[in-house]
Amino acid sequence: MSAVAAPPRVRTRVPLTAAAALAAAVGLYFALGPFWEWTLFRLAGLPRDARYADAIHFFCFDTTKILALLVGIVFIVRVLRSFLSVERTRALLGGRREGLGNVAAAGLGVATPFCSCSAVPAFIGFVAAGVPLGVTLSFLIASPMVNEVAVVLLYGLFGFEIAALYVASGLLIAIVAGAFLGRLRLERYIEPFVLEAAANAGAAGSVEARPSWSERFELGREEVRSILGRIWPYLLAGIALGAVIHGWVPSDFFARYAGRGNPLAVPFAVVLGVPLYSNAAGVLPLVEALHAKGLAMGTLLAFMMSVVALSLPEMILLRRVLRPQLLACFVAVVAGGIVATGFLFNAIL
Amino acid sequence: MSSVKVLGSGCANCRRLEKLTEEALADLGRTETVEHVTDYAEIAAHGVMTTPALVVDGEVVLAGRIPAPAALRRALAERLPAPA
Repeated sequence: MSAVAAPPRVRTRVPLTAAAALAAAVGLYFALGPFWEWTLFRLAGLPRDARYADAIHFFCFDTTKILALLVGIVFIVRVLRSFLSVERTRALLGGRREGLGNVAAAGLGVATPFCSCSAVPAFIGFVAAGVPLGVTLSFLIASPMVNEVAVVLLYGLFGFEIAALYVASGLLIAIVAGAFLGRLRLERYIEPFVLEAAANAGAAGSVEARPSWSERFELGREEVRSILGRIWPYLLAGIALGAVIHGWVPSDFFARYAGRGNPLAVPFAVVLGVPLYSNAAGVLPLVEALHAKGLAMGTLLAFMMSVVALSLPEMILLRRVLRPQLLACFVAVVAGGIVATGFLFNAIL
Repeated sequence: MSSVKVLGSGCANCRRLEKLTEEALADLGRTETVEHVTDYAEIAAHGVMTTPALVVDGEVVLAGRIPAPAALRRALAERLPAPA
């Protein structure tokens, strides 16, 4: 790609603008708590002890807080990820053996700019480059599960410990599930058209030649626009539902029915999460509200992992490349890993 | 006339890129129509692993992202030969 050289003035102005915008966003983020406190309870005079006031405060504060976090982090993460591409990741994973390959694939699944909507062409590309099946699956599990939106929102709503535990267990599930599925030697259950397409696959284009800094920032802006455009209905629905739960559900309601003591809570949460098509931004406000009402953290994290990693639309996409037997194994192994994680967290948190 | 293709699974992002490309072509006064390729074998044959992708005269112009309208117009103008 022949990049037109940017005039030098732009090159210094772009990072400066980005830095200023970032500083403004951080300032706004920390001003949000006092701002809504003042606006709703002082200015609008909402009664502090009314349920509806509590729900309104939850909705306003969470919406703005999550939006601010998302814009900042999605931008930064996309700029950082511009140093990698699916093409480069494939080159790094090609010819890797299982084991270490699974570890590398899970890590790259987090670091590579990748949307699950590209699961089919990426799968074909990986097969074409000789990436082992189990290693490819590690990549495809880690990528949606440990996504920046989920991690950042967990950090923003629950703190560092929970976010770190989520990342570690997400990576572990991706590594172990991929390695295990690789061991089962299920290559014969890949759809035949994949092998044919892989044999005729073209070499990766030179599209992703080294982008300039202003191109990286442009990628960040595009990503913010694209992600927010896609997830805002889920975000608002999740926060609205969370606000209702926050205001009206009795505080020990879930502790009584789905607390730590109930061994069926985790598997039930995982099964419930599969048909729910949402994303981390839509699920987390709900998780926050449910947690406040006594639902155990392990159960909630399992629910969230199931929503983001085992969504029905993604299964439908994977079905294009995996025959039903292999897809069933995939779902069973990943679901098993998520359930185990849920139990573990309920036991230690 | 050049060939302009959007490669994608028919997902929301792919349809958006198709629409933006049509608009960009109209802005540039071009008469090319946009072909939406959903066949995964053909997508793979272009070496594309992230969708949506834009292909002009067989060359992959961009993949896995939706550019801003101005950037898309520029990329198209750069690649499309002047009409005979």
